[in-house]
Amino acid sequence: MQIIIVGCGNVGSTIVEKLSKEGHNITVIDTKSEAIRNVTTNFDVMGIVGNGAGYTIQKEAGIEGADLMIAVTGSDELNLLCCLIAKKAGGCHTIARVRNPVYSREINFIKEELGLSMVINPEDAAALEIARVLKFPSAIKIDTFAKGKVELVKYRVEENSPLCDQSLKNISSRVKCDVLVCMVERGEDVYIPDGNFILRAKDEISVVGSVKNSVHFFKKLGVPTTRAKNAFIVGGGETAYYLAKQLISIGIAVKIIEKDEARCEELSELLPQAMLIYGDGTDRNLLLEEGLPSAESFVALTNFDEENIMLSLFVRSISKAKLITKVHRISYDEIIGGMELGSLIYPKYITAETIIKHVRALQNSIGSNIETLYRMSNDRVEALEFIVKEDSPVIGIPLQELRLKPNMLICSINHKGNIITPGGQSKIAVGDTVVIVTTLTGLHDIKDILKS
Amino acid sequence: MNYSVIRYILCKVLEFAALFMTLPLLVGLIYREKSALCFLYVIAGCLAVSLAGRRYKPKSQVFYAKEGFVTVSLSWIILSLTGALPFYLSGEFPTYTDALFETISGLTTTGATILTDVEGLSRCIQFWRCFTHWIGGMGVLVLILAVLPLSGSYNMHLMRAESPGPSVGKLVPKIKNTAMILYGIYLTITLIEITALMFAGLSLYEAATLSFSTTGTGGFGLLNTSIGSYSTAVQTIFIIFMLLCGINFQVFYLLLIKKTKEALGSEELRFYLGIVLAAAILIAFDVRELFADGFQAFHHSLFQVVSVMTTTGFATLDYNVWPEFSRSILFLLTLLGACAGSTGGGFKVSRLIVLLRSVKNEIFSVVHPRSIKKIHMDGRIVENGVIKSIQVYTMIYVLIFLGSFVLVSLNEFDFVTNITAVATTFNNVGPGFNMVGPAGNYSAFSGFSKFVLMFDMLAGRLELIPVLVLVSPRTWRR
Repeated sequence: MQIIIVGCGNVGSTIVEKLSKEGHNITVIDTKSEAIRNVTTNFDVMGIVGNGAGYTIQKEAGIEGADLMIAVTGSDELNLLCCLIAKKAGGCHTIARVRNPVYSREINFIKEELGLSMVINPEDAAALEIARVLKFPSAIKIDTFAKGKVELVKYRVEENSPLCDQSLKNISSRVKCDVLVCMVERGEDVYIPDGNFILRAKDEISVVGSVKNSVHFFKKLGVPTTRAKNAFIVGGGETAYYLAKQLISIGIAVKIIEKDEARCEELSELLPQAMLIYGDGTDRNLLLEEGLPSAESFVALTNFDEENIMLSLFVRSISKAKLITKVHRISYDEIIGGMELGSLIYPKYITAETIIKHVRALQNSIGSNIETLYRMSNDRVEALEFIVKEDSPVIGIPLQELRLKPNMLICSINHKGNIITPGGQSKIAVGDTVVIVTTLTGLHDIKDILKS
Repeated sequence: MNYSVIRYILCKVLEFAALFMTLPLLVGLIYREKSALCFLYVIAGCLAVSLAGRRYKPKSQVFYAKEGFVTVSLSWIILSLTGALPFYLSGEFPTYTDALFETISGLTTTGATILTDVEGLSRCIQFWRCFTHWIGGMGVLVLILAVLPLSGSYNMHLMRAESPGPSVGKLVPKIKNTAMILYGIYLTITLIEITALMFAGLSLYEAATLSFSTTGTGGFGLLNTSIGSYSTAVQTIFIIFMLLCGINFQVFYLLLIKKTKEALGSEELRFYLGIVLAAAILIAFDVRELFADGFQAFHHSLFQVVSVMTTTGFATLDYNVWPEFSRSILFLLTLLGACAGSTGGGFKVSRLIVLLRSVKNEIFSVVHPRSIKKIHMDGRIVENGVIKSIQVYTMIYVLIFLGSFVLVSLNEFDFVTNITAVATTFNNVGPGFNMVGPAGNYSAFSGFSKFVLMFDMLAGRLELIPVLVLVSPRTWRR
């Protein structure tokens, strides 16, 4: 694909690195010639020095033939303007990074009206990732569909687990929960299971369901989810705000320490249910006084990597809380990785990853109606989300009467915002989005799931 | 230094050398010449060495600018060493040093020869001689980048080290596609010239070999009189194609994608054409007495100017006997060279433009000490880093030039011979004046002088820095 990336700071250059390795034709625009030189020396891309929102500059970068414009400069307004001009000039897909919470709250309106394909908020994305880890730390990997409403959780079946040596039919009748086991990886093999499939120890299963249901599912199974009852957050930045909001919504008690009094008051207005503590998060006595040793999870979100790392190391020495450490600089991964800091969160990396996922989906969806695409298990399995258009042959027919190709599973139907885990009687309607897991590759349309 | 990746790429270069030699082999087989066997031996040798060397994949893909420069220099040396083997094995060259001189002269598109009788060569050897120009014109690593899936970031370092000009501009985001476009344009120009020459009455063999010499801006001919014995029409075709190949290939690409305004607005192009025209008129006026009419004078003057300016080195007559004023202008053109990003060598017009403007700026800033003024070219600001590197380049250029001049003067030839021999090899032109004039050759030079001139040719073609990096001890220190 022809991709134009405006802004090559940390996120920009991470995206450039990944996308150029995937073989896209990339042109980078930045106002700083130093940054451009860095990127063009290290990667096989073309660089242009200038303001990415300029029409002439965009034309020089080949906006007319471009498939995608990604605006990731430091300024929200500039990013939106870049995308707006690109949209008008080239009619390409656009992705903008918008981080100001004022815009974030009305992001859907902005996205619709400006015709953006995707808006990414780094803090929100990081918070989402942290919340996922806190909700279910045993998960190996979590992917989302239907704009985050459906989750695909990958989980490893341990020995002595209640799932061991059970058929899927038994499991679902026991837990009575609206989720679906859509994929099982056993050693080298991958299975798309049916009801009679029997799980064994060391299998890695992928479970699809709405967020609420998948939490229920694991709870009912008695899987040792060390889901924290409370969270101790140091640093009250935007990430902390988004995180606290999500945690509170699923009933986790949140305590935030912030050293700026005005920010504390602001947060307290925004998050009435959270406990705000005005003080220095690196103050040992304050931490102990506020009951750190009894906290079940600890999230270090200050703006300094060193402080976050020190805090996490300290907490590890005095408690058994689940640790989450935010790190900005990616370069010294090896050293930080060896320090047992719990789950590490790299906001810039997460942003880049999210954008790249979208690009991959976009690449696969040009000329098709795929909404999301994940490749799993060394690209042997694809999980795709389709939009069902009006003339589709699958509409209105009970699923059990559809003649599906083998190794194909309809995992979830998003009907007007309601997530349905389909059974034999479920029907697909126009405008639904459907998640399919399959070992066949190269599906372009929902009708491709049917036997021809 | 990552030796394993360098070894891997060098083996690829050997394979390409073998691939290139299949063409002269074919020519030799068609004309049933004994020398064809030499190519067969060398091809077999290249493939054997490369197969052995490529058995182990490089351990790490780490590749920095240092590796890029070293790889490019070594590739050219290896290509020269293997390219000289057929010459030597055929027995048509007296020594291996002479064969090597001829090959380097060919690959660097210089066109300086040590042969006294070019017409005595067998056809496949002559073909290979001219074909080395074509290989060297665009650069062999650019070709490798165009056709091989070299993953990782090292392609940019290679491209930067091999491409002529002060800064490397890509045409399209990916280097592979850029390289393919460059070779596409190059091949097209070559094919058009072959067709044109055949229409003008040359045989396919003559048309092909001479086209390789022209489009690579090399200068090896098939006859002892260079281009002198061909008709005026053929000579005019040569003028046109030499002139075309001295232009930055980016201009052709811009024309292809119909950005005519940008293409023709290139300041370097205007300077280049302006200098050619001015020099041709001045010389035509100076030599008008020697020719029957004004047209003849202008035709020969233009041919010589274009040939020297584009660093080709063809000649329609012995301009050594021209008046001193004309000789001086031709000498200056020898030093100047063609446009950046063309197949020509020399100092490059764009560097001259930037230098002249920085001189103007300097004077301006003496008059207005607090003024701030940037240097512009093609409507863009030339960054200080680029200006500085051009100034340093000029310094190194002068130093190597003078140093080689002193070393070559050990031969005890006259001053003009020595200085033009160095100038003409260093700028990849070919003929100089006096003993090394269009009618002369380099056979009288000592072995040592030949090595100095070979170094100059390589340094000139690779634009100094890669060769200096290769010989600098700091590169090899751990």
